[in-house]
Amino acid sequence: MKLTTKLLASAALATGLAGGALADSHDPFQIGFIYVGPTGDFGWTYEHDQGRLAVEEAYGDAVETVFLENVAEGADAERAIQTMVLGGADMIFTTSFGYMEATNAVAGQFPDVYFEHATGYLREHSNVSTYSARFYEGRAVLGHIAGNMTESNIIGYIASFPIPEVIRGINSAFLHARAVNPDVEMRIVWVYSWFDPAEEGAAAQALIDAGADVIMQHTDSTAPQAAAQEAGIISFGQASDMAQFAPIPRVASIIDDWAPYYIERVGMAMEGTWEQADTWDGFSTGMVVIGEMSDAIPEDVRVSAQAMIDAIGGGEYHPFTGPINRQDGTAWLADGETADDGTLAGMDFYVEGITSDIPN
Amino acid sequence: MIDPITLIVALVTISTPVLLAALGELVVEKSGVLNLGVEGMMIMGAVCGFIVANQTGSPTLAFIAGMAGGAAMAAIFAVLTQFLMSNQVATGLALTLFGLGLAALLGVGYEGQPIPDVAKPLPEALRTIPIIGPIALGHDLVTYIAIAAIFAVWYVLKHTRTGLIIRAVGENHDAAHALGYKVIRIRCMAILFGGAMAGLGGAFLSLIYVENWVQGMTAGAGWIALALVVFAAWKPGRVLFGAWLFGGIAALQLRLQTTEINVPVALLDASPYLVTIFVLVLMSSDRAKAALNAPAALGKTFHASG
Repeated sequence: MKLTTKLLASAALATGLAGGALADSHDPFQIGFIYVGPTGDFGWTYEHDQGRLAVEEAYGDAVETVFLENVAEGADAERAIQTMVLGGADMIFTTSFGYMEATNAVAGQFPDVYFEHATGYLREHSNVSTYSARFYEGRAVLGHIAGNMTESNIIGYIASFPIPEVIRGINSAFLHARAVNPDVEMRIVWVYSWFDPAEEGAAAQALIDAGADVIMQHTDSTAPQAAAQEAGIISFGQASDMAQFAPIPRVASIIDDWAPYYIERVGMAMEGTWEQADTWDGFSTGMVVIGEMSDAIPEDVRVSAQAMIDAIGGGEYHPFTGPINRQDGTAWLADGETADDGTLAGMDFYVEGITSDIPN
Repeated sequence: MIDPITLIVALVTISTPVLLAALGELVVEKSGVLNLGVEGMMIMGAVCGFIVANQTGSPTLAFIAGMAGGAAMAAIFAVLTQFLMSNQVATGLALTLFGLGLAALLGVGYEGQPIPDVAKPLPEALRTIPIIGPIALGHDLVTYIAIAAIFAVWYVLKHTRTGLIIRAVGENHDAAHALGYKVIRIRCMAILFGGAMAGLGGAFLSLIYVENWVQGMTAGAGWIALALVVFAAWKPGRVLFGAWLFGGIAALQLRLQTTEINVPVALLDASPYLVTIFVLVLMSSDRAKAALNAPAALGKTFHASG
């Protein structure tokens, strides 16, 4: 028994030393990724992991990547990030909103390590950048399709946490569904999780039971797709294509493509040209992509949706163009006025026409 | 507003995994053993069932594998607590942690893999019968097994010699031993039964309810099952009532949101746990009653030397 313990201890020591030696030589450049779900979620985390693989592909032996899955948001994340830095990481991507404080806290302790935090807004130290995608551009297109295709005029929306990111998506989808179908109502269910297949599936079922015939989701698992399939209604792939559910129920999808950004930022860090940045890209750079629209969508809707994608990508149309009122009826955007990024980034209100309240 | 029929259908499905696990744990506790490893046994059932379903394409084999996975975990617990006489609380907690970790390891690469559809036992036409059809005739075989198991466990514990022996061992193992009953053997059987039931509940979760394997997917269901046993005061019928109550709250809070009645969602989400605490307080206030219901030898280590 004692011998085993000793052997284990020396084995651990040996790996520890080896790890230390690698870290000291700074060759290859080590990049760490912190994920909120499993890489096999076929949604949000899956796409970040595809970005990681693209970095490996692009730089080959010059880089080494490590990742941690299922890291809980909050205090636990700080420990995970720290462990990764101490393990020799030179650059860290933290890929969920809830890692915001933890990322900044660790960044303060390790000024020589580059930090990139997805979907946050806090950059307390010069070695922290933030990046996000204009998902609301994609949600506008999905809302357009949903509004055209619903027959019950009830769109179900599975929401995660009441943060600006999610509220923006709800508003964008609702506005563009209402634009083509004035009778549309949106039913929103909050599940308070990014990734909880059981709860997401139950939420989808609750929405279907309430009469929804289109399901949109801002959560990462495919459970709502499975529920939609069983009920014979339509849904949209979220974060990843979820093509395994095409052509029906998944009639289109909103895909996040992080690979170009990751490759660019890692390259900058290796060359020493990395600078703090706040990136927010959408259709125009390909960070947000609408997955293939299936034949289940009527031809004319596919054409008008594509036109909307082109207009947004080309900068001719902004998904939040006035006149738009807030939910309480007060004016937000005047006719022809477009929303500024500051308001969008902190969006904490519904637009007029949504009947439920944002939970606090 | 809220359709009661779909609500009932949803709550029966949601509560099935917890119901199975709680029923298994009830028998374990009736035999005088406290196994806090329900969560670990459930998740092992979920992963083993999913892997076998993916590899063989047979739902029957998958459910058997799920039960075997849960029972294998229980066997570890049985050896440690019954033969090596380790502390049951500590061993049970360790079993949960071990199960979660081992399941995550076994399940690597299986997320999102295809599994066969599990056919429902009754013909589809029956589901079109109004009210009765969807509520009572549209469920999965495992759900019917779970409900049948409630009655079976109740009958065995209350009306058979086997049940009397299990209860005797749980109430006073020294007396049972003096009468010539094999305390350790009986307890081991109960522990294995509990593990198989928890494993079946876990397999239901991954094969039918979610139709996917995800690390940590039991998300505390094992702990709710443990609370349910206490909530039910070790009575099988009340386990069914409690499971449906908890499942009902979970299904109802999502539906209340769709009707846009403004209820505090977080509070509703927490309500099963609040109810558990409330019930525990109520029960503990009536000391005599609680003492009558809890098996007297619960959690105590038995050694033949007395």
